[in-house]
Amino acid sequence: MVENRPFLNLLTHLVLIIGVLVVAFPVYVAFIASTHEPSAFVRGVMPLLPGNNMFESYGQMLNSGWSVGGTPPVWLMLGNSLIMALTIAIGKIAISIISAFAIVYFRFRFRMLAFWIIFITLMLPVEVRIIPTYAVVANLGLLNSYAGLALPLIASATATFLFRQFFMTVPEELMEASRVDGASPMQFFRDILLPISITNIAALFVIMFIYGWVQYLWPLLVTTDENFYTIVMGIKRLMASSDRVPAWNLIMATVTLAMLPPVLVVLFMQKLFVKGLTETEK
Amino acid sequence: MQTKRSTYQSRWLPFFLLAPQLAITLVFFIWPASQAVKSSFERTDPFGFKTTFIGLENYARILADPSYLNALGRTAIFAVSVTVLSMGTALLLAVCVNRVMRTSRFYTTLLVWPYAVAPVVAGVLWWFLFNPTIGLLPHLLDWFGINWNHRVSGTQAMILITIAAAWKQISYNFLFFLAGLQSVPPSLIEAAAIDGASPFKRFWTIVFPLLSPTTFFLLIININYVMFETFGVIDATTGGGPGQATMTLVYKVYTDGVAGLNIGSSSAQSVLLMGIVIVLTFIQFRFVERRVNY
Repeated sequence: MVENRPFLNLLTHLVLIIGVLVVAFPVYVAFIASTHEPSAFVRGVMPLLPGNNMFESYGQMLNSGWSVGGTPPVWLMLGNSLIMALTIAIGKIAISIISAFAIVYFRFRFRMLAFWIIFITLMLPVEVRIIPTYAVVANLGLLNSYAGLALPLIASATATFLFRQFFMTVPEELMEASRVDGASPMQFFRDILLPISITNIAALFVIMFIYGWVQYLWPLLVTTDENFYTIVMGIKRLMASSDRVPAWNLIMATVTLAMLPPVLVVLFMQKLFVKGLTETEK
Repeated sequence: MQTKRSTYQSRWLPFFLLAPQLAITLVFFIWPASQAVKSSFERTDPFGFKTTFIGLENYARILADPSYLNALGRTAIFAVSVTVLSMGTALLLAVCVNRVMRTSRFYTTLLVWPYAVAPVVAGVLWWFLFNPTIGLLPHLLDWFGINWNHRVSGTQAMILITIAAAWKQISYNFLFFLAGLQSVPPSLIEAAAIDGASPFKRFWTIVFPLLSPTTFFLLIININYVMFETFGVIDATTGGGPGQATMTLVYKVYTDGVAGLNIGSSSAQSVLLMGIVIVLTFIQFRFVERRVNY
């Protein structure tokens, strides 16, 4: 900063520390709750220090689930979430990068039409057309399948839009030089465009993985078979039974496990993730 | 639309490249969206045997329905409160992080991770903290003579979903504000400091106006977020209740369509929602386009 003001600096740190505490507090409480025995919650206000039931809670949820709550083992739901998030991330990037390539580097009939068909999807999240989309997926026989979980969520143009923006900034000379060298369009794509897009791809991957992981409404509708439950929607099942049997420790253990993978991805890939986000802006 | 100066000429290759995305978009987007438009003009009898064309009747009925209009107003209030709360907090934190250069990475890391928390999980966390029987916060509020029970009080239910939805969105807004702050030229600040402007004055007269594009962008994004993605927050905490106190537009589309099986009305609501998003997105696009030319 421009000048030195000890009081203001102190205040700044104070605000930040309070901010961090507020942001972290709910998660801390959830974690603490997951380490207690069920009886700890019967006595009234929940404890604020760890209990000694941690391994039992997590072990039970991971290995066998909670039959009263109607959920399969958590490892199965974590696996399903992982498959869904990876399919969405990889699928979206794969189809988006080639369609952005076609739109930016080719001149062909119906180009504008194709452009608008794809880009109109930027406007509407799956939530607003949830019932007709459900009908389509049901007609195609894709209920209770990984394809049914992932495909409708891939149908959005955010990634195409970002790749298009990026390709527009790539110098024209690269393509002209490769053409002079006799490279075909696909060779140009593979040998030049793809390598210089690696950071963008990685950044998008992080964003899309998280987008897929946190989906809730869609998995809730298309899966009725336990084998396809994702972890985030599985929480709903646990909540529904919580009024009857308050197994807070088990619910909070599941909540903690559902948060862990995407939060770790954000923390470890922070740089890429920030890059991906701030590029959405432009 | 912009293009490259020189492009490839090929008859089939571009279509081949576009095919996967076009196929998925047509099947999972254009088709359902047009189905929604179609069934918004129809009435299906409760057993799903017969469908009749009824024109704009669904729309007329919705727009005359007090519960829809209430949901509309409530969604607006919810959107504004979440946006103000999360953006205000995020701006404060971003300004602070921007001040402490040496430790900024450390604080950023501690503040960004809620982005990865699912809205429904955010809902569960706050619902647990506010649980009337064992929650910590109702216990604290009790000292101040406030009796917390969001299962009974509509206002308290609204406060609960607002806090949960805003909590999850702070990290996103924070990142954009921080990026905006870091692009403010230091020379401007220094010049103002030499002229004797206090840090607060510098913020309001120089930094904040320069942040206005970011602020506007975030405004649109946040309204979009509150309108659609908070479904999970509401479903986990209040389920639209008590009564209809936290029933937002998206939640109503869902309950009328999935639970109430009133497809015509639900579709008409979807179409109206799409209209709202299109208007919002249009504003955003106009704005983003203009910004690129700065």
